[in-house]
Amino acid sequence: MTQTIKEKVKTFIIENFLFGDTSYDLADTASLIENDIVDSTGVLELVAFIEDQFGIAMADADIVPANLDSLARISAFIEAKAVPVTA
Amino acid sequence: MCGFSGYFGSIRDGRALLETMTAAIAHRGPDEQGIFTAPEAGLGHVRLSIVGLGDGQQPMSDASGELTIAFNGEIFNYVELRDELRARGRRFRTSSDTEVILHLYDEMGEACVSLLNGDFAFAIWDARRRRMMLARDRMGVRPLFYTAHGGTFYLASEIKALLKVPGISAEIDPIALDQIFTLWAPIAPRTPFRNILELEPAHLMVVDERSVTTRPYWQLQYPDRDRPGGIDERTAAEELRALLTDATRIRMRADVPVGAYLSGGLDSSVVSALAAGMAPQGLRTFSVTFDSAEHDESAFQLEMAAALGTDHKAIACREGEIARVFPDVIRFTERPIIRTAPAPLYQLSGLVREAGLKVVLTGEGADEVFAGYDIFKEARVRRFCGRQPGSRIRPHLFRKLYPYLPGLKQQSAEYLAAFFGAGDERLDDPLFSHRPRFKGTAATKLFFSAELRAQLKDYDAAAELVGRLPLDFGRWHPLHQAQYLESRFLLPGYILSSQGDRMAMAHGIEGRFPFLDHRLVEFAATLPPEVKLRGLTEKHILREATKDLLPPAIGRRVKQPYRAPDSHSFSGPGALDYVRGAFSTEAIAAGGLFNAGAVAKLYEKCRSRPASGFRDNAAFVGILSTQLWLQTFTGTGIRKAEAA
Repeated sequence: MTQTIKEKVKTFIIENFLFGDTSYDLADTASLIENDIVDSTGVLELVAFIEDQFGIAMADADIVPANLDSLARISAFIEAKAVPVTA
Repeated sequence: MCGFSGYFGSIRDGRALLETMTAAIAHRGPDEQGIFTAPEAGLGHVRLSIVGLGDGQQPMSDASGELTIAFNGEIFNYVELRDELRARGRRFRTSSDTEVILHLYDEMGEACVSLLNGDFAFAIWDARRRRMMLARDRMGVRPLFYTAHGGTFYLASEIKALLKVPGISAEIDPIALDQIFTLWAPIAPRTPFRNILELEPAHLMVVDERSVTTRPYWQLQYPDRDRPGGIDERTAAEELRALLTDATRIRMRADVPVGAYLSGGLDSSVVSALAAGMAPQGLRTFSVTFDSAEHDESAFQLEMAAALGTDHKAIACREGEIARVFPDVIRFTERPIIRTAPAPLYQLSGLVREAGLKVVLTGEGADEVFAGYDIFKEARVRRFCGRQPGSRIRPHLFRKLYPYLPGLKQQSAEYLAAFFGAGDERLDDPLFSHRPRFKGTAATKLFFSAELRAQLKDYDAAAELVGRLPLDFGRWHPLHQAQYLESRFLLPGYILSSQGDRMAMAHGIEGRFPFLDHRLVEFAATLPPEVKLRGLTEKHILREATKDLLPPAIGRRVKQPYRAPDSHSFSGPGALDYVRGAFSTEAIAAGGLFNAGAVAKLYEKCRSRPASGFRDNAAFVGILSTQLWLQTFTGTGIRKAEAA
């Protein structure tokens, strides 16, 4: 389950923010902001992706770097909150 | 205001070459053309007649025939200089400012430039000393490019004239491209054309048979941060008003009517108000409007025009218009750009031309001189946050700075702090103020091809910029450091060139900038930082000095940066064929500068989701303009895609 979430998120980041650049070594704990992978608009794209893909309604208080600023943090956040959209 | 070209060296048919070179920049001077040749040098000129309509033909030689000048621009204090020269016994044959430069050079040599108050680029062929002298104004309003080929030195107002010299061709300079995709503009003297350079602002150059020497004749300086300011605010406001009034007065000098751009913001409103008071026949003002509310300022433009009673005209930059004119825009900027903002100004100068005017005043320069840009406030907030890392309150100030950026509205304090790098930065970084902008822009280099990356290796544009800073930069106040970065690099490299001279001269229009009068620039540099940026209120002293000139709603306006729609302009059902062609895999591969796979994904993302962020927008416009640059100047890129 965890692997699936992480891989989905990783694919989204590579396609949407790195434009398919698979040569980029995206470490699980790398900061998405410090590495210029997401900007303020990118965070909103990330939120929309999480809500659409994982059926999570994100409150304003959830939208913080502690939850979203690395692949590992995003995966952990989704894992803690996820409710499957479909069976 | 004009354009010129020239050479120093031995070539076979100088006259024919000069005719070809000046024809390439005929848009800069539709009124007259002139050619001068000597055995080892030549100058060509196209003229936009503004001062000395009947007797200011160029190139102009002095009475001895030994000094000949080609000049682009205006010397605004030429009346006073001519009076002084006459008092010393000098005789004038024309009523032009051009002849004033010749007399001054005859008396003083190249030191004469220090007496000139104006926007100028010129070349003087000195047959006595067998040398060519070139000079450019202090702030970089007027352009001057040069190169050497086959033992001959060539110069021109625009690079397209140099490309007419047999053997000189366009090739992209990868370092310049890296600089544009990091700093928004190349670091002069570098241009995007390999081996073609520009004379830096406030520099002069002497070329003789043995050498080429270049040196600055003026430098923008700020006081040491520890030195107390010695002027009270009221006195400063009075002095500012007097200087700005005089700067505007001498910029109204012309033998043709002078109009004004009116954006609806503080700066152009102040200039228009001063100019209206000096134009007994009435002032004509010109604006650009946008369909989108986030870019449009027409309500303020109309309010100001009504308050001043100007004859006002506006042109609408409608959806699709930017895409329609963008190829022409790049033909005139002669460089890739990462924003579309020059395009509406290209339209605007066309409107002025249609209205029959040749000269407009603008408010350009006030944001550099009096600290108007958001980036100055942003740096102050970042320092404020840095004093208390982890604060959940302080980062909310960032939202106040950028109310027009939708992506910031919904962000938490933690994210705001993270986006602006607040709290974990080196406060003594010389590029502290601009580091987030440079870092965010450099993210666009994600799209560079493997070949381009290999050529660039570890090149660091920001590090090169640091190496260009003056020795005493570290002793200045942080606000003054930030002002210097804007004034010395982005102003000439982008604002005055890609948005300024090149867009206005595309339609034969001369822009004049009272805020860039060097007396005002020098005065403002001495003012204490808090007089310019008070708390988070920009241009405080300018507001104080001019509050009687403006309706309260204009005088109190918070700066709205001039922006235009970016990638959104090129998408939608009306997307033009050339845009698709430029982003096609074949065209990207032919250009060799970008990663075709990544560019294809970017193109689809920007088309399907118009609300892209800064990085995606900048990359889209940067890639499109680079592809257009390649097509226009090297013949590669889009053309191949169309054939495919």
